[in-house]
Amino acid sequence: MDRVGHDFGHRPVLENVGFEVAPHELLCVVGPSGCGKTTLLRIMAGLLEPATGAVRVDGDLVTGPSPRSAMVFQHFGLFPWKSVRANIAYGLANRGRREPERVESLLRTMGLQDVADRYPRQLSGGMRQRVGLARALAVEPEVLLMDEPFGSLDAITREQLQEELLRIWERDARVTGVFITHDIDEAILLGDRIVALQANPGRVAREIEVPIPRPRTTPSVRAHPAYPELRGEIWRSLRAAPEPVG
Amino acid sequence: MSTVSAVPTAAAPRARRRGRRRGSLIGLRVLSVAVILLGWEWYGRHTNPLLFTYPTAIAQAGVRLAGSGALWKALGQSVSVLGWGLLISVVAGVALGLAIGRSRVAEALLEVPMDALYAMPMVALVPVIVLWVGFGPVAKVVVVVLFSVFAILINTARGVKQVDPELIEVARSYLAHEVGLWKDVVLPSALPYVVTGVRLAVGRALVGVVIAEFYTSISGLGYLIVTYANTFQTAMVFVPVVILMALGVTLTWLLQLVETRLTPWQATEGR
Repeated sequence: MDRVGHDFGHRPVLENVGFEVAPHELLCVVGPSGCGKTTLLRIMAGLLEPATGAVRVDGDLVTGPSPRSAMVFQHFGLFPWKSVRANIAYGLANRGRREPERVESLLRTMGLQDVADRYPRQLSGGMRQRVGLARALAVEPEVLLMDEPFGSLDAITREQLQEELLRIWERDARVTGVFITHDIDEAILLGDRIVALQANPGRVAREIEVPIPRPRTTPSVRAHPAYPELRGEIWRSLRAAPEPVG
Repeated sequence: MSTVSAVPTAAAPRARRRGRRRGSLIGLRVLSVAVILLGWEWYGRHTNPLLFTYPTAIAQAGVRLAGSGALWKALGQSVSVLGWGLLISVVAGVALGLAIGRSRVAEALLEVPMDALYAMPMVALVPVIVLWVGFGPVAKVVVVVLFSVFAILINTARGVKQVDPELIEVARSYLAHEVGLWKDVVLPSALPYVVTGVRLAVGRALVGVVIAEFYTSISGLGYLIVTYANTFQTAMVFVPVVILMALGVTLTWLLQLVETRLTPWQATEGR
């Protein structure tokens, strides 16, 4: 059972941000640049101590980086001096686990088997983020934290990786995910629920269920009757004056 | 349609042209060396041999010096001073550089004096070193270390400080402990800077060797230079000079080999 609640105050970046993530759901946090999305995720990852409030996973207070969560970084965060294979094995190695067969199977799942011995610099952005995702999945986290993972990719690559994430998620959704993005369409496509954050200071504007059934694909989500309404609602909530947060 | 089919046919001559250009660049290099040597030869033969010399005379002198064994003895002395000095510099420079790069306290304590020492012309210190350590081989090694250590130290410290903070964050989020942080993040990230520092240090150490041999007890290649210059055997003077040059070129080239071996990820920049 996972339960990430977060409270945060007296700080210009985030103010009293609180929400819960249900077990095995993929929650998208959407908001404009500078609304503290990344700060929020770093706090959830235990990389940053909140000025006020607290994050709990399953009732346990997060006080530092935890073996139960893994993170995918916006700028990939790969080690340039490690091969693709070694990058994927990195989290496992730090946990004292040597599981080459697990690494190999991830290489295959992510379509990286041909570049396993290359260095990240030899790969395209899309391939690099596949490595980033594989590294996070390798440690079998209970909570997968993703910080605008597809934000620096071109539109076509981004769409491919979104579909791939959907595929992974829908096939094997034992993980609970928090996905940060500034792209409303991406949030609707991927998320079971969406938390809309407003900027200055960052606060929760709205929490919305995405009523579109899985399995999803980009065209099926776009064509869904609820899509335009949902999109408009998120837009409005991001623009409007803050509603009282309950 | 014609534009589409034009692409592959246009690529072949372009590659050929590129190959030809590379070939002609190598030709230009050979040409420049040949022109310099021939010009030197011609000019040298028309000048007073006490004041100047020319390549073939240097080659002859070199054969004579090598034959007498004097060259090898001198080279051995110089290389041993250079070797010990560089070894100490690398060990001390990397260790102190890592400390300065990683610890704010060490940085605050050491940064200003280190920068000052790096900027100071070390030649000025040589007479004092003689006063302190004497004229022996130890003094020479000290001079070489002083010439070279700060280049390594400062570059290493800079390398450690240049570590991408995001990668440190990545390491922390994946539960790296302190040793792992060094092994997986800090050291590999600083390594190219260390190698650059060593490359700078080699050049400075060579200067240090010659200066040490001039100003402490005279020995090595510096000894040959001083002796033959004082007796106006100009061609003989140039033999150790050329050897020093070759030493510098060889060491730099070796370091490049070591660098590509140690940091294979750098050779693969781009696609």
